[in-house]
Amino acid sequence: MPQPQDYQTLLPVIVLAVWACALLLLDSFLIQRKGLTACLAAAGLAITLGLTLSQIGRSSSGFSGMVVLDGFSTFINALQLVSGLLGVALAYAYVKRMGIERGEYYTLLLFSVVGMMLMAQATDLIVVFIALEMLSIPLYVLAAFNRTQAASEEAGLKYFLLGAFSTGFLVYGITLVYGATASTNLSAIFAAASSTSNLLLTIGAALILVGFGFKVAVVPFHMWTPDVYQGAPTAVTGFMSSGAKIAGFAALLRVFATAFPAIAADMTDILWALAAVTMILGNLVAISQTDIKRMLAYSSIAHAGYILMAFVPYGNPAVAPVSIAAGLFYLAAYVITNFGAWGVVIALEQPDGKGLQISDYSGLFWRKRGLAVAMTVFMLSLIGFPPTIGMVGKFYLFRAIIDGGFTGLAIIGVIASLVSAFYYLRVVVNMFMREGEQKIEREFWLDLTWGAAAFLTVAISLAPGWLFYLASAAGLR
Amino acid sequence: MLLEYLAIALLLVVSTLVGLIAIGLGELFGPKIKSKVKDEPYESGMPVIGAGTRRMPVRFYLIAVLFILFDIEVVFFLPWAVAFRQLGLFGMFEMVVFIVILLVGYAYAWKKGALEWE
Repeated sequence: MPQPQDYQTLLPVIVLAVWACALLLLDSFLIQRKGLTACLAAAGLAITLGLTLSQIGRSSSGFSGMVVLDGFSTFINALQLVSGLLGVALAYAYVKRMGIERGEYYTLLLFSVVGMMLMAQATDLIVVFIALEMLSIPLYVLAAFNRTQAASEEAGLKYFLLGAFSTGFLVYGITLVYGATASTNLSAIFAAASSTSNLLLTIGAALILVGFGFKVAVVPFHMWTPDVYQGAPTAVTGFMSSGAKIAGFAALLRVFATAFPAIAADMTDILWALAAVTMILGNLVAISQTDIKRMLAYSSIAHAGYILMAFVPYGNPAVAPVSIAAGLFYLAAYVITNFGAWGVVIALEQPDGKGLQISDYSGLFWRKRGLAVAMTVFMLSLIGFPPTIGMVGKFYLFRAIIDGGFTGLAIIGVIASLVSAFYYLRVVVNMFMREGEQKIEREFWLDLTWGAAAFLTVAISLAPGWLFYLASAAGLR
Repeated sequence: MLLEYLAIALLLVVSTLVGLIAIGLGELFGPKIKSKVKDEPYESGMPVIGAGTRRMPVRFYLIAVLFILFDIEVVFFLPWAVAFRQLGLFGMFEMVVFIVILLVGYAYAWKKGALEWE
């Protein structure tokens, strides 16, 4: 029999889920202008964000240990809700321009955010699985939202099939872990793990890692990313590349740090290799891209590698808190920068699908200074160049990794970042030093998104202490 | 602990062998006559007309999805109905929540015209 405390633990998630259901009905029965749906969706996200922020410092667990509320979940959920709000802001004018304005867009986005929030709070593998499906299925539909375009349809189908495939791995892993420990509860698995044979558990954990690896686009499970990111409507890609990554990493961290410290010795090597391969391959393949969406997709793969780096020493209690805090900080930095960059891409995209080549950015600085300067800031931040938040994030990350004794991995990361400078700076060179013409879309919410993202990218890098403090407070203990 | 799975491993090996032997014996001793009729999907059956893949109205898909949705609903109802007395008022409340969520989807599907064939 649930107690009031159970519902309190899940309050923001419940509120947002009810809001999304109500919005679905309101939109199909009452609302004529779809702009109103967008505003209501944003209002729901804002209210939930307020509720989540009011829970700062509280911690409780609910529903027989199925879900938990702690600093970690609050940090991740706040990040998810902000990315949801930015996702609505990006979409608001974009869907009108592309002729795909339907109320379902915002409802699906809300349902996806509900799944992402539940994912950060889940402490039972079954809930992790349900949350993963709740966040994924709306994203499959959103990827195919521009259904008259073959590319969007292909993106949706590809994402769905590979997503379902990866979910199979996850469930198989959960089954093996259950077989080894007779529980799906993370703390119970931890308790049982130290007393049983670890082979089955290790295989199960590795399969769970594969499932999450697909979601966050880690090499070698990244094959879907470029095609899906390119084919999906750009506003969806912007939301997906941030939201799904936060949720995937949150669940990965929660599951591994809570349930699997006993097999950290094996897992650390696997995570090390995955992070190294992801950073190298993502950055190298990005060099040969001519399409800005594909380039940012490979950049997103490379950044998954950087973030994964923070998880490598998860089983070492002396190093883990600092490196995980650095990882969370980097995640927040990536979300801000990433939304800004996708905002600029949307500003240049034309309804006929033109304006997406990197060469289309030629001479942008001479037509629209603000947009070009903002894009420069985002590119510098993605490289990790001062004075941007990306540089601060990389600094914390590499320092934590070197402190943890993984100097080799840090060197690979630094070299990969150097390589990445080539393709990020190519965009900047195009904007400043080449001749060209382009049509630019001016829309208030879009301008606000990339403007605010550019401001935050620079401003937080000048005073990053508070965000790092929040990230440290959010670390799992 | 892995020894407990020995029986399953044996079963796996034996069942594979039985299958291989059955097919292998047929392959070895069976008569082999090659002709056009032998290569048809249904030997001695109806002659195949047209291609195997045809375009179908997408409505069938919609109906199938809706059917599965409400079918699953019934599957969830059954154990609840069986354990209704033990669950008591709380179980009643939980089921109401479940049905309300389902009704939201139902109303949406109705409004969008998913239940009409035209």
